[in-house]
Amino acid sequence: MSVWDAVVGQTVVPGLQRTVEDASAARAGDGRGDMTHAWLFTGPPGSGRSVVARAFAAALQCPDGGCGSCSECTEVRAGTHPDVAHLVTEGLNIRIGQVRDLVPRAALRPSRGRWQIVVVEDADRLGEDAADALLLSVEEPPERTVWMLCAPTAEDIVPTIRSRCRVVQLRTPPYTDVARHLAATENVEERTAEFAARASQGHVGRARALATDEDARNRRAEVLRLPFDLTDLRQCLDAAANLVEAAKADAERHCDALDEREVEDLRTALGAGTTGRRPRNMESAVKELEKEQKLRRTRVQRDSIDRALVDVLALYRDVLMIQLGVRTELVNEEMRPSLDRLAGSGRAESTLRRMEAVVAAREALQANAAPLLALESMALTLREG
Amino acid sequence: MSALSTDPLVPVTLVAGPESLLAERAVAAVVRAARAADPDADVSHTTGGELTAGGVAEHVSPSLFATRRVLVVNDVQDVSDAVGELLVEQVRAPAPDVHIVLVHPGGVKGKKHLTALRKAGVHEVGAERITRPDDQVGFVRAEVRRAGGRIDEPAARQLVDAVGGELRALASAAAQLVSDSADGVVSESVIATYFEGRAEVKGWVVADRAVEGKTGEAVEQLRWALETGTDPVLITGALATALRSLARLSSVPRGQRDADVASDLGVPPWKVRILRGQLRGWSSDGLARAVRAVADADLAVKGGGNDPTLALTTALVHIGDARAQQPATT
Ligand SMILES: [Zn+2]
Repeated sequence: MSVWDAVVGQTVVPGLQRTVEDASAARAGDGRGDMTHAWLFTGPPGSGRSVVARAFAAALQCPDGGCGSCSECTEVRAGTHPDVAHLVTEGLNIRIGQVRDLVPRAALRPSRGRWQIVVVEDADRLGEDAADALLLSVEEPPERTVWMLCAPTAEDIVPTIRSRCRVVQLRTPPYTDVARHLAATENVEERTAEFAARASQGHVGRARALATDEDARNRRAEVLRLPFDLTDLRQCLDAAANLVEAAKADAERHCDALDEREVEDLRTALGAGTTGRRPRNMESAVKELEKEQKLRRTRVQRDSIDRALVDVLALYRDVLMIQLGVRTELVNEEMRPSLDRLAGSGRAESTLRRMEAVVAAREALQANAAPLLALESMALTLREG
Repeated sequence: MSALSTDPLVPVTLVAGPESLLAERAVAAVVRAARAADPDADVSHTTGGELTAGGVAEHVSPSLFATRRVLVVNDVQDVSDAVGELLVEQVRAPAPDVHIVLVHPGGVKGKKHLTALRKAGVHEVGAERITRPDDQVGFVRAEVRRAGGRIDEPAARQLVDAVGGELRALASAAAQLVSDSADGVVSESVIATYFEGRAEVKGWVVADRAVEGKTGEAVEQLRWALETGTDPVLITGALATALRSLARLSSVPRGQRDADVASDLGVPPWKVRILRGQLRGWSSDGLARAVRAVADADLAVKGGGNDPTLALTTALVHIGDARAQQPATT
């Protein structure tokens, strides 16, 4: 057993393991070079950036380089280690206040004598102000402090911070690794694990959801019916509306309870109900929070639509492979008969145009387009091919 | 001055001034008071030009049924000298249970009668125009209170800025806003929402002209809407909604009843007839192209940097082209 078991399909692990050994030696004073104090883990969504950061953190704190079973390893995994801080945000942006709270902590000597580690999970959501607040600590870190930032790409990070970091680039894990990982960690059949790995296209979190949650599988199947139901205009508009509705439902599942709890926590923190008197700033603080929650809901909806579009895109890629006669395993292998029919009803050029339409819709949504309208436009283009 | 501060049930009331809303209210106050005192009160209306000396005499003579009577005389400046004297006489020595309301729209005409009435001590209610912005703000606040709501000074000022000084428009906006607000408090955000609704109407006009193929008119309406501060997003929204309805209607089987189509499309039945008219001249491919043009405009508008007027004008032109597109040529 090892903390690295949680990492799926990443070739960078041996290098990181060597770093852990060197760091341990450097700490013992054998002069093998200094530990790098700022790391940036990049990789596509679902590649496991924060998982790698966490494993790395555990390995650095563990006396055995990440045994996976000692108390250091266990506490890092559980997020309770006193010398490993996590900055996660549910909002659109990391608030400057969150960073200001963290910086003094990063300056402390590690309470257990090894490393003081701070993991910033969505470093791409550091605004300029928040990044500035972080900069000094990253630039001139105390001897035992290690920053670990995670972001989709290095370009997502403010240059001043990025230039101080050693970048560790993760890849989309191969399906076989994801399937093996699911089979080992979740109680699912091999066939289900394989399906989930393929369908998720190497997104580990998504694969886990597809492997273990029947609702998630059904929702995906629903999305994949879209290319087959685009005969008249009304079907196109309905398909677009359904995607938006499903995304809303997704956001409700994700946000409703969370929103409520956050507001409650905030009220408790500001002392409502305890004194019977409402602090004057309470309502404005709650309003501020609700504004953030609304933004988060928008983001969750957008992410949900994007995930659906990724699935649709993969389906058309499968169709294209069939049309071009490329022998390969399809992402949607289990749909091969209907994909054959779809492939037979058109030409590769149309499929490419359709794929372009899906990509264009994804880009439009990233650029804050009206979701329903963007999807309608896409569906109508898919109809024509 | 105020009709509310004193008992309106006096023998003769003079309502003088050009503000018709206030004049109507003053008249209504007397009528209401008379009916409150006597549910069978007899109310009749006439004009100064029609009213004869005999008519006045008939009206003030003791009634057979002993009911209370109200006579409203509009355009009192047109009365003859004889009638004018009879009216002044009513101020001096009123007949019992008779209430006469004389409405004068301002101006110099009939000044002689006004002077005589005033000299005789007529009860007067002003209906002057409210021209000072501060007074208009005061009017709005009173209107909101009257409708059972509350509004603070800045919000009232915002409303006056948005609506202008026309009292009738201010009064109806105030009443609407009180009923729109959850708790009667007309806040600045309630007002903002209200005017968003009005801006939406401008978007619909643009959309209707566009889908009817009247591209020139649509562009004209677009410029007007944007110049008066309509958010471009409301225009793309209206265009999308209009095209969406047409596209859905185009897929409805021929011969379906309007009522069924209406519930299907989620629009009121009268709208279905309009939509059917608008759909004439459109092909499916044309509609698809038009929706894409609007999606492009939405993206251009959101992208910032781009000129929203240009992006939306482009969309309108493309919609016009798409409508002209015949199915055979695709
Ligand atoms: Zn360990």
